[in-house]
Amino acid sequence: MQGAYDKIPVLKIGDFLITSIQVALHDRLALGLQDDILAKIQETNAKGLIIDVTAIDVLDSFITRVLVEIAKMANIMGVKTVLVGMQPAIAITLVEFGMELTGIQTALNLEKGLELIEKIVMAEQE
Amino acid sequence: MSDAEETIPIKDEYAIVAARSAGKTISSKCGFGLVDQTRISTAISELARNILVYAVTGTVYIREVAADGKHGIEVVAEDHGPGIVNLDLAMTDGHTTGGGLGAGLPGTKRLMDEFDIISAVGEGTTVTVRKWL
Repeated sequence: MQGAYDKIPVLKIGDFLITSIQVALHDRLALGLQDDILAKIQETNAKGLIIDVTAIDVLDSFITRVLVEIAKMANIMGVKTVLVGMQPAIAITLVEFGMELTGIQTALNLEKGLELIEKIVMAEQE
Repeated sequence: MSDAEETIPIKDEYAIVAARSAGKTISSKCGFGLVDQTRISTAISELARNILVYAVTGTVYIREVAADGKHGIEVVAEDHGPGIVNLDLAMTDGHTTGGGLGAGLPGTKRLMDEFDIISAVGEGTTVTVRKWL
């Protein structure tokens, strides 16, 4: 069983922050990630954020809400978020369940996500 | 028929992770495909969270079941919490008293084949869901 001290790394690459969720998310871990991302945004002056959920096999309503809120909070700080790597089974479950990823841009994978976030940030600067 | 079965006491957020991971294991053992495994685990996660949010403690039972020539999985989420005052309202999309998305029970029902809820104010709530192969 995972401990309360687990941490999800948030990496800076160029103008972007990238975080890849590789462990089963429990509530405290998800909320900790939220705090870490916002602190890192302030610290690094990042322009965009990519959250990789490739390794997530279940997204319940709580975790979905945390992800949506991270994107909203990042947006208030001037940073756009792209969610990448959503598994087909999760996409099906989210839609059937009725959970909405309001306000979050998505891309198929990390590579496409980087392309998208670059475009979004460039459009913002013009 | 094998009899995969697991009882998960729900008392903290880590139990939610344990419950959905047990759901994944048992549903896979039952022969469900990946999409159904995800539906079932998500439903379990929602039911376990309802216990934690509304009743603080309770139990989730996950078992392989067979009835009328059908074979599938049954999840029972039981608590002795405050109960649900208005069941119709609790089954309405967008309604919440727990600060969630308000999609918990109706969403869970949509993910499963059968959904039964028994609740008595002051006594507790039992939700039983099933999915057939």
